[in-house]
Amino acid sequence: MHKSFRQAEIWGIAIAAIAILGVLPALNAFVPESSPLHVSDFTINLYGKYLCYAVLAISVDLLWGYTGLLSLGQCMFFALGGYAFGMHLMLLIGKLGQYHSDLPDFMVFLGYPKLPLHWEPFRSFWFAVAAVVFVPGLVALVFGFLAFRSRIRGVYFSILTQALTYAACLMFFRNDFTFGGNNGLTDFKFILGYDIRSAVTQRCLFIATGVLLILTYLFCRWLTLTRFGKIQRAVRDSENRVLFSGYAAANFKLFVFVVSAIIAGLAGALYVPQVGIINPSEMAPDKSLEAVVWVAVGGRGTLIGPVVGAIAVNALKSWATRAYPDLWLIILGGMFVIVVLFLPKGIVGLPMQLWSLFKRSTTLWKKVQEQHAGTTELPIKESSTRQGG
Amino acid sequence: MNKRFILTAEGVTKSFDGFKAINDLNFYLDEGELRTIIGPNGAGKSTFLDLITGRTRPDEGQIEFKGTPVIKKTEYQIYRMGIGRKFQTPSVYSDHTVYENILLGLKGSRGVFGAIFGRVTPAQNDQIHHVLEIINLKDKAQVRAGTLAHGQKQWLEIGMLIAQDPELMLVDEPAAGMTDEETARTGELLLSLAGKHTIIVIEHDMTFVRQLANRVTVLHQGSILREGSLDEVQNDERVIEVYLGKKKHDAIHPQH
Repeated sequence: MHKSFRQAEIWGIAIAAIAILGVLPALNAFVPESSPLHVSDFTINLYGKYLCYAVLAISVDLLWGYTGLLSLGQCMFFALGGYAFGMHLMLLIGKLGQYHSDLPDFMVFLGYPKLPLHWEPFRSFWFAVAAVVFVPGLVALVFGFLAFRSRIRGVYFSILTQALTYAACLMFFRNDFTFGGNNGLTDFKFILGYDIRSAVTQRCLFIATGVLLILTYLFCRWLTLTRFGKIQRAVRDSENRVLFSGYAAANFKLFVFVVSAIIAGLAGALYVPQVGIINPSEMAPDKSLEAVVWVAVGGRGTLIGPVVGAIAVNALKSWATRAYPDLWLIILGGMFVIVVLFLPKGIVGLPMQLWSLFKRSTTLWKKVQEQHAGTTELPIKESSTRQGG
Repeated sequence: MNKRFILTAEGVTKSFDGFKAINDLNFYLDEGELRTIIGPNGAGKSTFLDLITGRTRPDEGQIEFKGTPVIKKTEYQIYRMGIGRKFQTPSVYSDHTVYENILLGLKGSRGVFGAIFGRVTPAQNDQIHHVLEIINLKDKAQVRAGTLAHGQKQWLEIGMLIAQDPELMLVDEPAAGMTDEETARTGELLLSLAGKHTIIVIEHDMTFVRQLANRVTVLHQGSILREGSLDEVQNDERVIEVYLGKKKHDAIHPQH
């Protein structure tokens, strides 16, 4: 059973990889627009966004589902990665902005005399990539170190992460914080020398996001199968036992927290060139809450669950916000309530849930039939199951 | 003090909201000893173990393990000094298999990176199977620990303790919820571990305590009431009074 599941997982990843990296881009590039099989540029762009959300959702689940740390501020790391890469894209605009200045538009608008010093190194692509990894990682390291050392657990940890993302959101809203205030960073023109809005570039970004998603999935699968992964789940189930078994639980939690912040940052970095804007609203607490809902709906404690949840909920959101714009928040909230009440393992746990329900009802049916036939099977069975102690 | 004790507690006091759970406790334990601590509910037995293992810190007094104070150390630092603990309610990792539970308890590397890159060596694998044999759970190695019967969970946690191989084992109510047969086996198991390890057992079940046939410490209201063999202890008037209820006794001996 366990082995066959692994095999199914490998097949699933292979099929997903072929679909994301091959089929969808090919249908977008080579099939004429008149054909029903054609995938539009809009769709590619939309699904590119969903894949970024899927990576973000995995990072939430690595914390919540596997380690029992419900972070309500994961989007802060997503946005930090996005800002770091957005700064690089901003500097590539050059004189093509509204004000035809060397400075990014918002700096001209806000009266900056010259480029702030910390913006300078972001002219380099590789510096920006390093910042995408290190900025979220370092913020998570400092915050996590303080929180876990002080033994902040459970709901207190959740509240603190939410406060953190809210504080960051307010900070980035300020015009004098040098990151564009409430407008954020936008109006990007180029990426790596290519026109950022062209269909080819967007297709490549879609493929890059697909690669990131698959690599993230494989990395997390590997990590959760090591002894580290076992300790992670042990912390979730019985942190005290872990402590009294000699593990410094705080270090393990800190490691997971930093890793998942980096994953979220990478997702944010690929999100920004695809949506064309990053602003402080991405750090608003409700964004992080939404990410938690994706994970719960998809199925936490699995790696496929967050991916399914992120894509399904966002696809539903895209449809619902057009069809029933006023009802979307009610649908989202209702979905969360239903999942919490009836689907503890989310969408991916549903087949198993139905299967055990089916099995239970058939055994119950058998027992009823046996009793009708007057057999005395039941008591014998009971005593045999109690043995072995 | 010319004799070397493995564990000493001197003048230890711990109160929770004014209630003195441990009150000026003095406790000495020889190396290799198997000691049983008994006492009515609320006598401070589990609190004493909490103080030794760093779960709580004493308000006053000193606890030393092999001459090193433990009271400022964290749980995992105390573990690394060689003190292991089994909790009163069995705490095993219910989502992990029995095998994995023992693996996580196994003596060895406790670092983050060791856990990521380390592999289970054949020697460790043998060790795990050896422990599983001792605790009679060999055929349940791949079963999820959460599905075990209560007594088996108790054994599994004792197994994690054996895998840890600490110098001092603190075993809190190992026989709770076990059948008579299981209790007897647990007693044998602890007796076989004594000598190699120093053991403190907290227990309520007097048949079980009798089986261990060792030195008994009676705790009452956070301090030691009596220490001695089980017979001595059971015939002590004050112990009888504590166990049978105060009121009745007060009527006979009002000056207490």
